[in-house]
Amino acid sequence: MITHTARPLRVVLYEGTGAIALSAPARAQVLAALLDKGYAVTRATAQGSTGFPHDDRSLLVLGQFQNQQAPDLEDATGKVTIEARDITGLETLDIVSLVEKARGNKPMNQPGTWKPWFPVIDYSRCTNCMQCLSFCLFDVYGVSKDGKIQVQNNDNCKTNCPACSRVCPEVAIMFPKHQAGPINGEVVNEEDLRREKMKVDISSLLGGDIYARLRDRSEAAKSRFSKERSADKALEERKKCLTKMAQDGFIPAEVLASLPSPDEIMRKAEEAQARAQAALSANGTPA
Amino acid sequence: MSDSSPSPKLLYCRCAYAQVVPQSVKDGVLAKLCDSGTSFESVADLCEMAAHRDERLKAFANTTPIRIAACFPRVVRGLFRQAESPLPEDGVEILNMRVQSIDEVSEGMLKA
Repeated sequence: MITHTARPLRVVLYEGTGAIALSAPARAQVLAALLDKGYAVTRATAQGSTGFPHDDRSLLVLGQFQNQQAPDLEDATGKVTIEARDITGLETLDIVSLVEKARGNKPMNQPGTWKPWFPVIDYSRCTNCMQCLSFCLFDVYGVSKDGKIQVQNNDNCKTNCPACSRVCPEVAIMFPKHQAGPINGEVVNEEDLRREKMKVDISSLLGGDIYARLRDRSEAAKSRFSKERSADKALEERKKCLTKMAQDGFIPAEVLASLPSPDEIMRKAEEAQARAQAALSANGTPA
Repeated sequence: MSDSSPSPKLLYCRCAYAQVVPQSVKDGVLAKLCDSGTSFESVADLCEMAAHRDERLKAFANTTPIRIAACFPRVVRGLFRQAESPLPEDGVEILNMRVQSIDEVSEGMLKA
């Protein structure tokens, strides 16, 4: 379960005055094991603190303390609960168990059960064209009060689906957990730009066109060519495009399976387009 | 940087929620940081923190100079910005464990 309000327990591996330093391999093992479980870990040595503010409500301090006796610690402000545990002679797994026990049932996101998958906008490249807002069917994008595109609902993003990044003409949408560049955030080169422009042509067939078709729907209904310009046909084309992207490995098949119903797609498409147009109008940009 | 400048704070990201940083590099960099006598901060995953707008990101962004061992610089800056804690232009060095070697990252982090 994703918990967006809970923060992982902050653990301090204390090796300062009054504590015996761990061996280098043991230290690295303990840190790696705790980090891989999702904890934040501060290594504090005699060379001073890390210098980061201790804004956490609770801290767990681990150390090999003198006489194997963990000290009683108290926050001078009274805002932070500090617990200390002696780890002398404990193996890495024992230390992890100790931390897990200290955490109790406080929720946290466990690595391996959830992947933080969501788009990140590179505003140094973004031109605020709103194509991503129009394209995404899952309401991931929204518009800020000052008319800028932003990621508003990253929980709605479909894991391993970077489809919106492929409609971005400026290669401004990154997915940090994606394997390949430039979507993973690699420096964008000219070849990437050329390739992305081609993808936009593909996506506009379905992403852009579908909205134009929706706008023309009432007129199209009156036309004897309405069959070709129907929203149903546009919807079918969109599905074909997404299927092709899935076949090419650009998006996972699960995304196709989780698409909203056709009616819902149409409703969302109209809403997204309206929001995009409103934002563009407010910004003085022709839609 | 003059001698009177404060020492950069060090932040290491484990990228624990996805295997996109080579295991050998993140292990190697962590080992070098552990071998050094210095204090440092480490987090399981900056992406996970950005996903829930963790307030700690603000604390990191406000603590400069800072060196961050993580991912592609434009991703790291984007994550902080998305979490409403933009990193300042100056005083921030980002080392990229996805493409740089253990030595490059650890030397960048630990240089005087």
